[in-house]
Amino acid sequence: MSASIEERLFTIRYKADRVSHLIIKDQEVCLACPTKECNWFCPSDVYLWHEAERMTSVAYENCIECGTCRIACPEYNIEWLYPKGGYGVTYKYG
Amino acid sequence: MADERFDAIVVGAGPAGTAAAYTMAKAGLKVALVERGEFPGAKNIFGGVLYRKQLEDLIPEWWKEAPLERKIVEQRLWILADDSAVTFGHRNQRYHDPPNCWTGLRVKFDPWFAGKAEQAGAIPIYETVVTGLLRAGERVRGVITDRDDGELEANVTIIADGVNSLLGKQLMVHREWRPDEVSLAVKEIIQLPKQTIQDRFNLEGDEGCTIEIIGHTCGMAGLGFLYTNTDTLSIGVGVMVSDLKKKRVKPYEVLDGLKQHPAISRLIQGGEVKEYSGHLIPEGGFNSIPALAGDGWMICGDAAQLVNAVHREGTNLAITSGRLAGEAAIRAHEAGDFSASTLAAYDEAIRASFVYKDLKKYRGVHSLLAHEDAEQLFHRLPQALNDAAYEMLLVDGVPKRDKQRKAIRRVKEAAGGAYMDLIRLGLKGWRAMNG
Repeated sequence: MSASIEERLFTIRYKADRVSHLIIKDQEVCLACPTKECNWFCPSDVYLWHEAERMTSVAYENCIECGTCRIACPEYNIEWLYPKGGYGVTYKYG
Repeated sequence: MADERFDAIVVGAGPAGTAAAYTMAKAGLKVALVERGEFPGAKNIFGGVLYRKQLEDLIPEWWKEAPLERKIVEQRLWILADDSAVTFGHRNQRYHDPPNCWTGLRVKFDPWFAGKAEQAGAIPIYETVVTGLLRAGERVRGVITDRDDGELEANVTIIADGVNSLLGKQLMVHREWRPDEVSLAVKEIIQLPKQTIQDRFNLEGDEGCTIEIIGHTCGMAGLGFLYTNTDTLSIGVGVMVSDLKKKRVKPYEVLDGLKQHPAISRLIQGGEVKEYSGHLIPEGGFNSIPALAGDGWMICGDAAQLVNAVHREGTNLAITSGRLAGEAAIRAHEAGDFSASTLAAYDEAIRASFVYKDLKKYRGVHSLLAHEDAEQLFHRLPQALNDAAYEMLLVDGVPKRDKQRKAIRRVKEAAGGAYMDLIRLGLKGWRAMNG
C-alpha cells in the first residue's frame, strides 16, 4: 500500500498563492552544485533540476512548509518564507 | 489594527503560544494570539502523544473535555532488522487512572486549546503571518504582520513560532539551525475500523498503544513510530537532516520501507491513507537552547529547541515553557517593567523546571547521534541484536554455549570488533543519556 508522491500530496488540502514563497536565489549556484540534493531531501518533491534548461524548478504549490530545504541546501540558495496568512497547506488530521 | 495596543502579543497558536496566551488572558492581560494558519493547528503536525501533567497545571481535568484519541496503556519499543524485530514494552493498568498520556491529532486538539485561551479573553488574530518585529533599539515593542496596517504594539512579545522560528533568527537569538540540529519527520494517517485497530493492537475501548521503532531507517539516525488513534493509525519516521542530505533517499521512501516491514505491514494492512504530512523536529537538545528572554520578548516551545527527543516529549515541554513565559509576563505587567532583567524570571523558571533538567540529562545524545557512525547505531547494531536473538532462540542441535558465543560475537562485531569497542560504545551511550 505504498502510495506515489502524487497520491500522497493529493491527500493534503492546499490553498496556493499566485506567487511562490520559495525562491531560488541564484540558478548559477544550482548549476554549479555537484549534489543537487534538494532533488532528494524534500518530502514533497518541490525541487527538480532540469538539465536542458539548466535550472531548478520550484513546485511551491506542493510545499508542506517543513523548512528542510532552507536548512539543508548546501549553498543556502533558497529564500524561504511562510505563505501569506491563510494560504499554503491546511491539514485535516495533523 | 494600527492603533491597537496590547499588553502582550503571542506569535503562534500551537501548544506553547496558546499556553502563554491562556495564562496571561486569565490574569486579565490584553493578549493578541496571532496564527498564520486558517485556524490554530492547521499547519501543525506531531508524532501524536499528549501528556496529562503539564496541561493539568494549567487546566485541571482538561482531558475530560479535550478532543483526544486513545489513552495510552502500553508503550512498545521495537528494534528492527530487515525481516525481524526484537521487541520490548510496558503495559500497566495503572495508566488508566490517573491517565499518563493520550494519542491526539493536532487539527482537533490545537483549536480546542486555543478556544480555551479565547474564552479566557485572548483576542484571536488568525490567517495572519508575522513578518517581522517592531524594535526600539534592543527592545521589541511589537510585531509587523502581512495584514494591511499590520503593525501591532505590545509591552511584551512571546515568540512561539515553531521549529523554523524565522522571528528567532531575525532577533538573532539563534542563527540558522545546522542540519544535525533538526530531524525531518514524515507521517501518514491510515484509517482502519476501530475494532480492527483494537484487535491488532490488543486493546479495548479507548485504550491505546504506542510503538517506537529503531532500525530500518536506511542507516540514518532516526526513529520510526506507529501510534493508535481512535479509528486511524499514525505511522511515521523522522531522520536527522544531515544524514538525509548524505543518503540521497527520499523521505517518503524511508516511510515506505517501514510500512513494508513484515512486523508492521500486517498492522496497517487494508487501511486507507487519509493524509500525508511532514514537519521538522528540533533535536539539537540542551546545547541548542537559545537565550530565552530579552528586552520585551521571550521565546518558547519548538522555537527554543525545547524537545526531549529521547522520550519523544515535545508538546508538554512547549506547554510548560508557554505557561512560565506567561507567568513572567504577568509579573512584569504588575511591575510595569518589561526589561530583560525582569523577563529573566522566565529563564530562571525554565532552569528550575523539568524542561531544563531533562534536556540537561540527555545533553550528550545529540553529539552521539551527530558524530557516531549512524550506520552502526541504526543499522548494524539493530541487525546484530536481531541475529543474536534469532541464534539464541533457534533450536537446531547446536549447543547453547556455542550459540551464546556466536550471538555475543555478532553484537561485538557490530560495535567495532573488540570487547573494548562494545564497552566504549556502551559507556558513550550511558554518558550521553546521563550528562
